[in-house]
Amino acid sequence: MSGSPLRRTLERALVVLICAGLLAPILVVIIASFSGDGYLKFPPETFSLRWYERFLGDQRWRTAILNSVVVAAMTCVLATFLGFIAAYAMMRAGFRGKQVLAALLLTPLIVPHVVTAIAIYYISAPLGLIGFRPWVAIAHTVVALPVVLVILQSAMQTVDPNFERAAMVFGCTRFGVFRRVVLPLALPGVVSAALFAFLTSFDEVVIALFLSGIRGETLPVRIWNSLHLEVEPTIAAVSTLLIAVTVVALLIDYLVRRDRAATSGR
Amino acid sequence: MPLSRLGALLLLAPSILLLVFVFLGPIGWFLVGSFAELGSLAEIWEETRAVVGSRAVALAIANTNWIALQVTFFVLLIGYPLAYALNRARGLAFSLIIIAIVLPYFTSVIVRTYAWMVILGRNGIINQMLLGLGIVSEPLELMYNRLGVVIGMTYVLLPYMVLTLYAAMKAVDPRLLQAAEGMGASRLGVFLRVFLPLTMHGVIAGSLIVFILAIGFFVTPALMGGPSDIMIAMLIEREIELTQNWPVAAMMTVVLLVVTLVLYAIYARFTGGRTGFAR
Repeated sequence: MSGSPLRRTLERALVVLICAGLLAPILVVIIASFSGDGYLKFPPETFSLRWYERFLGDQRWRTAILNSVVVAAMTCVLATFLGFIAAYAMMRAGFRGKQVLAALLLTPLIVPHVVTAIAIYYISAPLGLIGFRPWVAIAHTVVALPVVLVILQSAMQTVDPNFERAAMVFGCTRFGVFRRVVLPLALPGVVSAALFAFLTSFDEVVIALFLSGIRGETLPVRIWNSLHLEVEPTIAAVSTLLIAVTVVALLIDYLVRRDRAATSGR
Repeated sequence: MPLSRLGALLLLAPSILLLVFVFLGPIGWFLVGSFAELGSLAEIWEETRAVVGSRAVALAIANTNWIALQVTFFVLLIGYPLAYALNRARGLAFSLIIIAIVLPYFTSVIVRTYAWMVILGRNGIINQMLLGLGIVSEPLELMYNRLGVVIGMTYVLLPYMVLTLYAAMKAVDPRLLQAAEGMGASRLGVFLRVFLPLTMHGVIAGSLIVFILAIGFFVTPALMGGPSDIMIAMLIEREIELTQNWPVAAMMTVVLLVVTLVLYAIYARFTGGRTGFAR
């Protein structure tokens, strides 16, 4: 099924072109962030760290970094914990309405974020919760939980129930089985889930836009607010930071998966 | 180890409570509360008819449908060959294609949108190049119009299509293709009469998920669109940001929610509850 050489070259060129198109915008932002020019010029004539200095030297941007990290860390812990116990229950228990519940738990992925954001804003504004970071994290957990569930349900499929039975026969309590058998076996999946829960919150714009107010402004919200004024290179530096966080998360995920594949011999 | 019903309930309770109190409840409360502001049922009906029939809303709905259709078309056009290449690639080529898909997929929507603003803007990269080469004498309008919205959204939604199509293509038994070839089918014949029909469910599922996500899009059209590219999600946001008009926002939310959930039900029926995406 190989076809003529000309055809194969053309096919390859098309794929290379599409992949280049996919990566180019990200590379452009990274390169532009190191520009030494006064405005966005590409390719930059000179290189410097001036946009990073401006970014990190600004109190408002620094606060936004802190807010983003705090909110994403809280979302990560909350979503991973809730998702872990829920995925385990979905795995080991049979009950009526399980399919409906499974579908319902995934709906926050499908419902437009604008709708979720406005609805939560509607109930939080009268309660004075706008700008309260733990509340933003709870709202982010709503959209991060389905991501965690999808990852953990597939990770737990590899946990053999016979190990759990064996542990119980030898006198382990239910909680002990959970902590000493299920958690270690599903650990790579838990790490992946935690990483993607963190990323979901760290990158989220719309819900944060409505709920974070000025006090709790996160990085994506701050980018949103400045993009309405002008497309300045400082945002390229901020964007590069966000891209770097994504790359690090994907790298850790890759290493954990590879490790698991190596140790389990699969 | 089977769990008792009580045990399962206890483990699921926190997630269910979160879903009820921070998702389903607020959506219901927002809709009921906003409609209640209007008074009696007759008044609600009257007002809803006036709003849904108004020019601004009709235009936003038409824009939303048209943009979502165009984006779905382009995503499929680019996504199918890419998924096809991914399915056949091995080793390094496979890793490189995967990186090209996954890295943008997990990068913040606002960063991806900003990147296209840098590329397409009036003083953007494309215009600087075209002007520098003397191909055009003044900058092209590539952004703050429909073109910008479609390019930006196609970029953001492409990974969903590729990953869905890839899953469908991977499930195709290569022996079927060899059998068709062995019985004398041409390359094109094998593709059109065997491979394409076998991956058609992926095409439909991918198109549905992209369309569903596109009609609720907010960030990209809000930043890259012009004054005439208002989509329904932007209209909802504006009613609240600018005029605090909760009833009108609620009406449009109902429209958006109903369309989204109906299409999602079709999608779920179609894929048998499997979700090929995690975000």
